[in-house]
Amino acid sequence: MISVENLTKSFGKFKALDNVSLDFERGNTISLVGPNGSGKTTLIKSILGLVIPEKGAIKINNNEIKTHYAYRSQIGYMPQIGRYPENMTIRQVINMLKEIRTDRNSYDEELIESFGLPAIQNKTMRSLSGGTRQKVSACLAFLFLPDIFILDEPTAGLDPVSSELLKGKIIKERANGKLILITSHVLSDLDDITSHVVYLQDGKLMFYKGVDELKKSTGEEKLNKVIAAIMKKDYLKNQAN
Amino acid sequence: MKTIVKYVLLDLLRNKTILVYAFILAILAVSVLSMSGNSSKGLLSLLNITLLFVPIISILFATIYFFNSVEFTELLLAQPIKRKTMILAEYAGVAFALSIAYLVGVGLPILLLNYSLASLTLLLSGLFLTLIFTALAMLIFVLFKDKTKGIGAAIITALFFTLLFDGLLLSFIYSFSDYPIDEPLLGFISLNPVDLARIFVLLQLDVAVMMGYSGALFKEFMGSAIGSIYAVACMAFWILIPVAISVRKFKKKDL
Repeated sequence: MISVENLTKSFGKFKALDNVSLDFERGNTISLVGPNGSGKTTLIKSILGLVIPEKGAIKINNNEIKTHYAYRSQIGYMPQIGRYPENMTIRQVINMLKEIRTDRNSYDEELIESFGLPAIQNKTMRSLSGGTRQKVSACLAFLFLPDIFILDEPTAGLDPVSSELLKGKIIKERANGKLILITSHVLSDLDDITSHVVYLQDGKLMFYKGVDELKKSTGEEKLNKVIAAIMKKDYLKNQAN
Repeated sequence: MKTIVKYVLLDLLRNKTILVYAFILAILAVSVLSMSGNSSKGLLSLLNITLLFVPIISILFATIYFFNSVEFTELLLAQPIKRKTMILAEYAGVAFALSIAYLVGVGLPILLLNYSLASLTLLLSGLFLTLIFTALAMLIFVLFKDKTKGIGAAIITALFFTLLFDGLLLSFIYSFSDYPIDEPLLGFISLNPVDLARIFVLLQLDVAVMMGYSGALFKEFMGSAIGSIYAVACMAFWILIPVAISVRKFKKKDL
């Protein structure tokens, strides 16, 4: 569904992405994992067309994205930091996006309901807590029934109840055959929802494997243990060199 | 595009800074216009207030606004929206909001207390300055990645055009006073939108000679009508060129 070919991007001398090639298929939940500054957000932003790659190509359904913009109607994006115009109310933000997206006339408002946003829809964005803003971002990502979800740190800042609601929604969409890309540092949150793991370090792709395969090869059950085991092995390998 | 402009306006017209800006302009305008008996004097003071406040407030407010809404811009750009549409809509929204504040703050008092052709040109030049310095703010936003550096650049730009430029002009005149420099000087003045706005109003006020070298020159060389048209054309370019460069650069900007 999404294929990334030899993607390279640097900011000044810093190489954020170094010749990364990946293929994502529908029906999968792919977790992008890696230390800070490993290029996760740059990869996501390249797919969204927010960052313009130096080399390489990104294809969605075999169409190269380049400067076309219409392809983004298939993507629902939840940013890491949701900041909205201060004096707008929740309802105004949602209505604004609905008015912009003239290409859709049916909406998925399940999350809006389950997060209880209608009760506070007349509050201004300025008065909302970080977690509530995060809920608004999540709702907007799911609102327009996209085929691809790109969620940047979706559960950071959410309370346990909302976090579970969001995870439930992700599992449900995956079952509907959608493709979901998630970055998160909270590995325990990714446990039940991930099917594949992409591990990036210093802009390089270290591995891209199915979770079951990883669990088997490391003999661990939990995702955070799995990743820890791999990082340790890496560490040993580096020591040996 | 209309949708984005509408919602940006909706947000900004409830912004406290915009409200305070309009309110302070209104207080200054009313007090200046009602205090001096001579209407021309009142307009002159109002002109000076406009030339001092409008550029710095417009560029600072717009720069901060552009940088603060970067995350929301990203979110909207993740929708199927062209980058060009996005940046132009944002520009239109901010420029509209600041223009409305200026029209309410200075326009209303002028229309009620001191209505004349000269006061209309003052309003027009105030609007031009708003549009020009908002465009420069957008250019700064597009060129700089860091908010702090961007705000620094905005302050320097505003100070350069309101204060420094005239100083440079004077030192230029002083050091080349032995040569015929009148015509190059006219060219130099076109490089400063604040001077253009000043001349545009002064040509209507018949006090050009009182207001320094640049005003006198314009009056002498161009006469009122051509001088005004020239000033307006130059100011229009001062909007169009920064906007055009911003749109081009924004298409390739990494967010």
